Amino acid sequence: MSTSIVAHLWLIPAVPLAASFVILSLTNVQRAAAAGFAIAGQVIALLLSLGAFWPTLQTPGYRVFQNFTWFAFGEQALRIGFVLDPLAAVMLVMITLVSLCIFVFSVGYMAADRNFTRFFAYLSFFSAAMLGVVIANSLLLLFVCWELVGLASYLLIGFWIHKPSAAAAAKKAFITTRIGDIGFFLGILWLYGRSGTLLFYDGGTGALESVGLLSLGTSATFIALLIFCGAAGKSGQFPLHVWLPDAMEGPTPVSALIHAATMVAAGVFLVARVYPLFSLGAINGVTPSLTVVVWIGVITALISALIALAQPDIKRILAYSTVSQLGLMMVSLGVGGVAAGIMHLLAHGFFKALLFLGSGSVIHGCHEEQDIRRMGGLRGLMPVTFFTYAIGMLALSGVPLFFAGAWTKEEILHATSQWSPSRVPHYLMLAGVVLTALYMTRQMIYVFFGDRRAAAAHAHESPPVMMLPLIVLAVCAVGFSVVLTPAWPWLHDYLSGERATYNFSLLIQPMLYFALALVAAGIGLGILLYRRASEIDPIERTLPALFRFLENRMWLDELYDRTILGWARFAARLSDFLDRYFWDGLVRLCGGLGRLFGGLTKSLDERGINAGVDDATGVTRALGRFVSARHSGQVQIYLSVIAVGMLALLFLYAWLT
Amino acid sequence: MNSAAFFFIAVLTLSAAVAAACLRQLVHAALSFAVALVGVAAFYFLLGAEFVGLVQVFVYVGAVAVLIVFTILLTRHGTDENRGFNWSGVVIALAVLAALLWAIMRTPALYVAAQPGVTVTVRQIGEALMSDYVWPLQCVGLLLTAALIGALVLVLEEKR
Amino acid sequence: MMTPTLPTFLMISAALFCIGLLAALSRRHAIFILIGIEMMLAAAGLNFIAFWRFGPQPAPPIGVMVTIFAIAIAAAEAAVGLALVIAVYRHYRTTDVDQVDQLKG
Repeated sequence: MSTSIVAHLWLIPAVPLAASFVILSLTNVQRAAAAGFAIAGQVIALLLSLGAFWPTLQTPGYRVFQNFTWFAFGEQALRIGFVLDPLAAVMLVMITLVSLCIFVFSVGYMAADRNFTRFFAYLSFFSAAMLGVVIANSLLLLFVCWELVGLASYLLIGFWIHKPSAAAAAKKAFITTRIGDIGFFLGILWLYGRSGTLLFYDGGTGALESVGLLSLGTSATFIALLIFCGAAGKSGQFPLHVWLPDAMEGPTPVSALIHAATMVAAGVFLVARVYPLFSLGAINGVTPSLTVVVWIGVITALISALIALAQPDIKRILAYSTVSQLGLMMVSLGVGGVAAGIMHLLAHGFFKALLFLGSGSVIHGCHEEQDIRRMGGLRGLMPVTFFTYAIGMLALSGVPLFFAGAWTKEEILHATSQWSPSRVPHYLMLAGVVLTALYMTRQMIYVFFGDRRAAAAHAHESPPVMMLPLIVLAVCAVGFSVVLTPAWPWLHDYLSGERATYNFSLLIQPMLYFALALVAAGIGLGILLYRRASEIDPIERTLPALFRFLENRMWLDELYDRTILGWARFAARLSDFLDRYFWDGLVRLCGGLGRLFGGLTKSLDERGINAGVDDATGVTRALGRFVSARHSGQVQIYLSVIAVGMLALLFLYAWLT
Repeated sequence: MNSAAFFFIAVLTLSAAVAAACLRQLVHAALSFAVALVGVAAFYFLLGAEFVGLVQVFVYVGAVAVLIVFTILLTRHGTDENRGFNWSGVVIALAVLAALLWAIMRTPALYVAAQPGVTVTVRQIGEALMSDYVWPLQCVGLLLTAALIGALVLVLEEKR
Repeated sequence: MMTPTLPTFLMISAALFCIGLLAALSRRHAIFILIGIEMMLAAAGLNFIAFWRFGPQPAPPIGVMVTIFAIAIAAAEAAVGLALVIAVYRHYRTTDVDQVDQLKG
C-alpha cells in the first residue's frame, strides 16, 4: 500500500504537466477547453494529494521514499527519487487546494485576456514544477524543479509582456533569484563532493541521514548557508527581496499563486527539508547557520513591514507583507520551531492567497485601479469581497481564537522567546506583529471604508466564478485554525511525528493575551491614524521624510543601482575601454602581421604552388573521368564486382592464415 | 534426422533453384522458384523449426511468388524473353561457390553432432517476440508499413 | 546413407546462395534479379536455422528469431522491388536491366 503510493507519487506533478502541454497545443480561441483541462488537472492532482495524505495520517513520523538511478557515468550513478512524509503531504494538499481556487478565480479574472489559454498553460506548468519541488527526494531533482518554478514565475510575471514594466520585473525576478541559485548550486556541488549523494533519505545513507551527515563535518555550515542563499532568493529574504514587490506586475492570480502562497514558500520549504544540515552539531539548538537564518529573517520581516506601511499600491502592500511573513517563517525555522514555521507557511498560504485574490477582485471591480488612495467605501459595493478580505486581514494580523494566522504566530513568538543567544529577535517580532496589524488596518480603511474616491465611483462586485474561490479560501483561513490550537495541536504533532492529544485547558496560553494586546494595539493605532483617510497619508503629513524613505522602499533599489549595478556599469565601461583601445590595438597589430604574411604567401602561391596545384587537379580530373567512364550504370556489373571483391578478400584471408 | 528425406529435399531444392535461375520462360522460372522455397521450408521442418517453415511457406510461396507471377503478367507486354545469358556471371558464381565450400570444409569446428529432440515451440517464439524482440518487432512492423506505402506510391499512375 | 551434419546443410545453403547469385548476375530480366536476391536471402535463413539447430543447447531461439525477421524483411524487399520493376517498365517500356543505365558515368 505505502510503496504503491510512493511509486505513483510522480503522477501528482505529471498530471498538471500533461495538462499544460495539452493546453499549449490549443488555439487561442479554445478558452473553455484550456480552463477545463487546467482545472481538471488540478482536481486530479488534489485528489491524488489527498490519497497521498491519507497514509501519513495513519502512522506518526511516516516516511517512505523511492529512489532510482537517473543515469550512470562510470562508476558513479546519479540517483533521484521521491519522498512522502508529513511535510511533503501537507504541502501537496495546500498547494493543490490553493492552486485550484486560484485557477477557478483566473477563469473570471482573465476572461477578457487575449492569451487566456497560454495563461492556463503556464499556471499548470507552474503547479507541476512546484509539486515536483515538494516530492523530490534528491537535492538535484529539487533544484531542477526549483529552476522550472523560477522559469514559470518568469513567464507569468512577464505575462503582459507588452508592458515594459512587466518585462523588466520578470527579468529582475529571474536574475535576482538566479543570484541566490548560484549559491544554492555551489552548495549542491559541495554536498555531492563531500557526501557523494544528493538523496535526502536513502535508508540510512542519504545526505540528511546519520551516515551522510557524518561525512560532512564542519563543511555542513557552509553548505547550509549556500543552500540558504537559494532559499533567500526564492523567498525574497533581505537582501534579495527586491524582486518580489516588482513581481506584482504579473496578473493578480499569479501574484496570489506564486508570489504569496506557493513559490515564495519554496525557500522556507527548502530550509525545512534540509533542516538536518542546518542543525548539524547544534549546541542548545543553535548553530552558526541557523543564527544567520534568524537574523536575515528578522531584518527582512521588520524592513518589509515598515515599507508596507507607506506603499500606495494595494498589491505592493500585500507583497511587502508577504516578504515580512516569510521573514517571520525564517526566524521560526532559525530558532528551532520548524513545525511552527511550516504551520505558518500553510496558514499564510491560505490567507495570503485569499487577500491577493480579494485585491484582484477589488482591482477588477475598480477597473484596473491599484492605488488605494483612489479607492474607498467599497464595503457597500463589494460586500462579498469585503467580508472575505476582512477575514484574510484578521487572519494576517493575527487576531486570536478564530483565525489561522493567530495560532501559528503565537507558536512562532513562543519559539523565539525560547531562543537562548538573544531576546532581540523576540522583541523585534513583537514589533512586527504590531506593524502587521497597523498596515493591514490602513489598507482596509483606505479600500473599504470612508468616502468613495475617484476609482470607487463605478466599482462593481465580481462575477460568481471569482467569488467562489474567495469564499472557499476564507473558510480555509478560519477552519484551518482548528488543527492549530494548543488545545489540540494536531498539525504541530503531525509534522513532528507525534500523535496529537486533546486538552482543552491548554487553549488559553499567556502568550495569547499578549498577542491579543499587541494586535489590538496595532489595529487601534491604525484606526486612530487613518480614520480620516484622504489622498494624503497621515504619516506623510506629520513625518514626510520618514514616509518618503519608506515609500521609496528605503532606497534599497537605488542603493543596489548605485553600488552593485553601478560597479557593474563601471566594469563594463572599463572593459569597453580596454576592448576599444588596448585589445583592439593588439588585434589590429595581429591583423596587420597576418596581412603581411598573407601578402607574402600569396605571391609565393601564385608563382610557385599554383602551377603544381593546377597540375594535380588536372590529374585528379582525368582520373575522375576515367573512373566515371567505368560506371556503366548496369546493376549486374556492380553486383559482379562486389562478388569478385568478396572472393578477393577470401583469398587474402586464406593466404594470411 | 532422416537422411533419406534430407537427400530427397536437397536434390529437389537445388534442382528447382537451378531451374529457377536458368529456365527461359519467366513463368516457369517463377514456379520453380516457389518449389525451391518449399524445399527450404522442408529443411526448416527437418531442423525442428516448424513455425519458421510455416512462415516460409506462407510468406514466400503464398505472397512473394504470387507477387512475382503478377508482376510478370503485368510487364510481359512487349518484352522479348529469349535473350542472352551472361556467362561471366556463371564463372563468378562458381568461384564463389568453390570459395564457400573450401571455407566450410577446412573449418573442423563445424563437425558437431546435433543434440536430439531440439525444437522450438510457437509459444517460445511468441514469448520471445513479446519480450526480448518487441523492439525489433515494432521496427519490422514500421518497415513493412513503409514498404507497403512505398510500393503503392511507386506503382501509382503518374499524374499528367 | 550418411546422417546430415552441419557442413552438409551449410553446403546446401552455399549452393543455394550461388544459384541465387548466378540468377542475379547472369539474367537480363529484372525479375530474375529479384528471384536471385530472394534465393540468397533464403540461403542465409537456412544458415541461421542450421547453426541454431547444431549449436549448444538449450539456447534461446536467436537463429529462429533472426530468420523470422529476415523473412519479413525479404517480403518487404520483394514488394518494393516488384513495385520498382513495374514503375521502371512503365517508364522505359522494358524490364531489361541492360537498358536501364541512367546512372552511367
